[in-house]
Amino acid sequence: MRIALISDVHANLPALEACLAAVARLQASRLVFLGDFVGYGPDPEAVINRVRSLAEAGAIAVLGNHDMAVLKPTRDMNSAAAQAIAWTRQQLSETSKSFLAALPFEVRSGDALYVHADASDPSAWHYVTDAETARASLSGCDAMLTFCGHAHVPAVYCLSATGKMISHAPVQDVAVPLLAHRRWLAVVGSTGQPRDGNPAASFAVHDTSARSLTYHRAPYDVESVSQRIRALGLPDSLAARLLEGR
Amino acid sequence: MVKARLNIGTVIDGFTIDALTHTGGMAHLWSVTRAADGAQFLMKTPVVYEGEDPAAIVSFEMEQMIMPRLKGPHVPRHIANGDFAVQPFIVMEKLSGETLLPQLKNLPLPVEKVAELGARIADALVALHAQGVVHLDLKPSNIMFRPTGEAVLVDYGLAHHRELPDLLQEEFRLPYGTAPYMAPEQVMGIRSDPRSDIFSLGCLLYFFVTGIRPFGDPLKLKGLKQRLWRDPVPPRKLNSAVPPWFQEIVLRCLEVKAGRRYPTAAQLAHDLRHPDQLVLTARATKMEKDGFFAVLKRKGEPHMSLIDTPPERGAEVSDAPIVTVAVNLDDMTPELADKLRRTALRILERSPDARLAVLNVLKLNRIAMDQTLDEDGNNKHVQRLVDLKDWARPMKLAQGRITFHVLEAIDPADTILDYARVNNVDHLVMGARANSTMRKLLGSVSGKVAAEAPCSVTVVRNREAEQQG
Repeated sequence: MRIALISDVHANLPALEACLAAVARLQASRLVFLGDFVGYGPDPEAVINRVRSLAEAGAIAVLGNHDMAVLKPTRDMNSAAAQAIAWTRQQLSETSKSFLAALPFEVRSGDALYVHADASDPSAWHYVTDAETARASLSGCDAMLTFCGHAHVPAVYCLSATGKMISHAPVQDVAVPLLAHRRWLAVVGSTGQPRDGNPAASFAVHDTSARSLTYHRAPYDVESVSQRIRALGLPDSLAARLLEGR
Repeated sequence: MVKARLNIGTVIDGFTIDALTHTGGMAHLWSVTRAADGAQFLMKTPVVYEGEDPAAIVSFEMEQMIMPRLKGPHVPRHIANGDFAVQPFIVMEKLSGETLLPQLKNLPLPVEKVAELGARIADALVALHAQGVVHLDLKPSNIMFRPTGEAVLVDYGLAHHRELPDLLQEEFRLPYGTAPYMAPEQVMGIRSDPRSDIFSLGCLLYFFVTGIRPFGDPLKLKGLKQRLWRDPVPPRKLNSAVPPWFQEIVLRCLEVKAGRRYPTAAQLAHDLRHPDQLVLTARATKMEKDGFFAVLKRKGEPHMSLIDTPPERGAEVSDAPIVTVAVNLDDMTPELADKLRRTALRILERSPDARLAVLNVLKLNRIAMDQTLDEDGNNKHVQRLVDLKDWARPMKLAQGRITFHVLEAIDPADTILDYARVNNVDHLVMGARANSTMRKLLGSVSGKVAAEAPCSVTVVRNREAEQQG
């Protein structure tokens, strides 16, 4: 079975649609959303509507820190992110807010764990950005495969039976074999606001029978989303970073 | 984990075990027959299993990941992998013949023979590096030859693939490799630099012409590290039959800093095949090891400062391309010459390590065979070299970046194509025939080359001349 992993959509509907179209071409039969549906981008209500109907059809979705911030104000955000959250809160319908409020922090399915950030304490929203933080996340759960987002930069970590940690920067469209007898932690890149230098929407596909994970990119019209962010009066920095993928 | 026990006659996944052909430190080799069609293959199985020596298992997993992705004549063709849950194995093409290992009893070998072997091994490295793989265990027992002449590199248990997780990264305390051939950066744990294989090939070239390993065969990490500061005895001191050009090549391969070695195996192969074009440096004439104080100073430096960092993953091997400009002196206008030189320079501009080979085909008469001396008694070949150098002079390229080649042949297009294939050329630049009537009558050399070349081809044409024609 092929499972598509989509993370950090951040209210970017064209990016989400580009990913979903690519996922359909790759014949993934299951969708998993790793949180942060809103924040930063111009389409929070439309993105949640889309995700909600997919969730009703069987897609898995977990809660992200931006989704949480809409429901419960937090101080742990920079000013651009906080401004976007304040604006988002006004855009969302009650239906959408209750959809977010019902999302779990994590979902376990077979040997896989789906979570937005560090799995050892999902509500603390710690980033997994290097071998050390990956080890912390892996030591706090028992799943063989952990899939998370939050960092906006794709990365794969692998813990061997002897406790050695391997870091790997995945290459686009090249399958990473998820070898048995090892625990794997995959950080899925961001669909709606990539920060690895490539503005195209990021997602990944886990092939359970081939035991492999492949990172993909879906190009979309970044310029028009950036213009809409500006037109809506959201912080200019959010419009600019989208164009560069930084 | 492992349920199957292998014996003669055992059948696994459709392969019948015929005989145990080799037992090594980490793996067994079996000759097997595929039941479906009776084809003969080689099966590799790890010697020890999980829990005993993780290194053997991890290296076997790496090989199972890398081998199916490799293509071409320089690697054994991969047939099948066996599941770790039942019986891990790799089935691959069974190569006939021996490795280079039995040659060790015949050392030293003649320099010409070693240069020829070295060029063929470098060709195999070119193919491997182009596929994003660093071998990291290049040594005589891992090198075989096809009956057609190509070197085949075997054993990918310690290899690094640019696009796959490196399971051997930080896995073990000791660096992995074979002590006499290991590059200094490999000793320090760096596994991603293709130039490490160039160092290993340098060790092999040195060993094969002197009969002595340049860095001995140290057993401990401390001994391995000595190659970071202690340079080997120059090969010419050990064997006076080694010419300066060969020492130049070997000592360049053995530079401690990877950035001072050949940037690519293709450039190394080119020098091994064209020693007459080599620009010699102090390396060529050196007869003694570096002095006590120089070595002491290096030894006092932090070890990591003695080596170079590996290239970025995104950097392509062709950042140091071999560019060839094929020059037809009989059909050259000043305008076309200028345009050809400018085009070549533009390609070289972005790659400081690129090399330019200037090529001319001296056409032989199809009926009356070569008449090497022309009417004035001048050697045509030498005259052509002089003309080529004169042609290239306006480019003002440093010696060592540019070489000149005059080839005698009947068919210029076939000769240029052969040259590009044999010398791993990355980019060919050539002029179109200025006169379109001539092109119609004689056919287009550049057209044939562009259609059949194994690399990029830029055909340069002068717009004005074309309009007049």
